[in-house]
Amino acid sequence: MQYLISVIDDKSNPGSLDKRPGISEFNERLIADGYWVFAGGLADPDAATVIDNRGEDPVISDGPFVESKEYLAGLWVWEAPDLDVALALAAEASKVCDRKIEVRPFA
Amino acid sequence: MSDVEDAITWAYRDEWARVVAGLTRRFGNLDLAEEAAAEAFATAVARWPADGVPPNPGAWLTTTANRKAIDRLRRENQRDAKHKEALMVSDNTPPESIGAIDDDRLRLIFTCCHPSLAMENRVALTLRMIGGLTMPEIARAFLVPENTMGQRITRAKAKIKAARIPYRMPSAADLPDRVSAVLAVLFLVFNEGYLATGPGAGPVRADLTAEAIRLTRLVRDLMPEDGEVTGLLALMLLTEARSTARISANGELIPLDEQDRGAWNPVLIAEGHRLVRERLAAAATGEVPGRYQILAAIGAVHTSARDIRDTDWSQILALYDQLVNVDPSPIIALNRAIAVAELDGPEVALATVDRLEKALNGYHAFHATRADLLRRLARTQDARAAYDKAIDLAGNTAETANLTRRRDQLQ
Repeated sequence: MQYLISVIDDKSNPGSLDKRPGISEFNERLIADGYWVFAGGLADPDAATVIDNRGEDPVISDGPFVESKEYLAGLWVWEAPDLDVALALAAEASKVCDRKIEVRPFA
Repeated sequence: MSDVEDAITWAYRDEWARVVAGLTRRFGNLDLAEEAAAEAFATAVARWPADGVPPNPGAWLTTTANRKAIDRLRRENQRDAKHKEALMVSDNTPPESIGAIDDDRLRLIFTCCHPSLAMENRVALTLRMIGGLTMPEIARAFLVPENTMGQRITRAKAKIKAARIPYRMPSAADLPDRVSAVLAVLFLVFNEGYLATGPGAGPVRADLTAEAIRLTRLVRDLMPEDGEVTGLLALMLLTEARSTARISANGELIPLDEQDRGAWNPVLIAEGHRLVRERLAAAATGEVPGRYQILAAIGAVHTSARDIRDTDWSQILALYDQLVNVDPSPIIALNRAIAVAELDGPEVALATVDRLEKALNGYHAFHATRADLLRRLARTQDARAAYDKAIDLAGNTAETANLTRRRDQLQ
C-alpha cells in the first residue's frame, strides 16, 4: 500500500530551516527498512504556475492554484503495510521536519 | 416475552460482536461482516420459533453467518484483484504481553476506535459493529437523522478500507494511546446518555448509559489488567448508581448535596467500590493512576458518605490535586474549586474560579459554579447575572430547570 506523505508548512509560523541533516538520516532509514519510494522538497508556492487548457486556449496564471496560509512544502511516497505503520513513521517525520504531516493513501 | 424471543435477545447481546468480529477476521471486510451477521440473526428470528433454539446458539449463528457471507461473495462474484487488495490487514501474532486477551472483538474495537477516524464516526461505528445497535437506534440516541448516522458509518468504513486501518492488536508502544482512544468513545457514549443535550431530549437516556457500561465491561473482560479500563468502568457504575436520585419527578436536576442518598443503587455502588479498591491496591504497588481511576476514586469518596455532611472533602481535594497533575485542564480546575469551597470557604474558591474565566466563559458549569459561590457570599445581583448566563448556555433540560429554580430563589 502506498501513501502520499505531505509536509505542511505554515507561512505565519514556519518550521525551522536547519532540518536537512536529520531528514537525510531519516531518508536513509526509510530506504534501509524498505518504506522509501520517493521524496522531494518543493520550492516556494510563489514559484508555481497554473495552466488550464480545458477551454479553447491554454490559460496560464502565476502562483499556486490555491492561496493559503498553509502549503505543501515537500512530499514523500512510502510503501507501508497499513496505516498504523505509516502513522508511526509520519510521527517521526513530523519531528524530523519540524512540520505537520498529512498521510493520504493512494487509491 | 416467550423463551425463544428471550433466547434470541440474549444471543444478540452476547454474540453479535463475536460474530461480526469473527467474520471480519475471516473475510477482511467490515461491510460483508455486518451484513452477513445481520442476515444470520434475521434467520434465527425466522427459524428458531419453529425449529427450536439450537443447543449452542453462538456456534449456530457463527456457522450461519459464515454461510451467508460466502453466499454473498458468490452472488457478487466480483472478487477481482482490486477487491482483494482492499481486504483488511490482519495478523495472527499473539499480542506482546500487555495483559490483553487476543480476541477478535478487541481487534474490532481498536479498528472502530482508531484515532484517525473522526470522533463522531468512531462512536457510530462502535455502537453498530460492537454494540449491535441498529442504524435507527443510533440515530435516535444522538438525535440526528438516520441518513446522517448512516453516512457516518459509511464514511468510517470507507476510510478503514481506503487508508488500510488494520485489524489487529496495536503494538505495545501504541497501546496506551489506543486504549485512551477507545475509552474516550465509551465515555462519550456514557455522557451523552447521562447529560443528554438538545431540546427534544429527555434529561437522561438510560439506554445509552447502559450500553456504554456493557461495552466497557466487555473491554474490561478483554483487558483485565488495564487500570484505566477498570477505572472508567468504576466511574460509570458510581455515576450510574446515583442517576435515579439525580432527576426529580418534575424533571429537574437534583445536585449532589440535595440528593436522597437512600435512592442510590447499592449494588452498583458496591461493584464500583470493589473496582476502586482493586485499583488502589495496584497504586500501592507503584502503578500511577490515570484520570479515569482518579475520577472513580472521587466518585467512591462521594458515594461512601451516607450524608453530604459526612463527605471527606480533604480526600476529594487531594484526589483533585492528583488529577490536575495528570490532566491540567480548566474543567478539572473548576471541579477542584468546588472542593476548595467546602474546605476553605466560597471566597477562596471564587478567586480560583474567576481565574478560569478566559478559558471557560462559554461553558455553562463555569457560570453555574460561580453563581452558587456568589449566592453563598450573599452577592445576590452578581449571582443572578451568573445564573442567567448559565441558563443561556446549558443544553440539558433538567439542568436548566435546576438553575432556573436556584436563580428564582435568590432573595
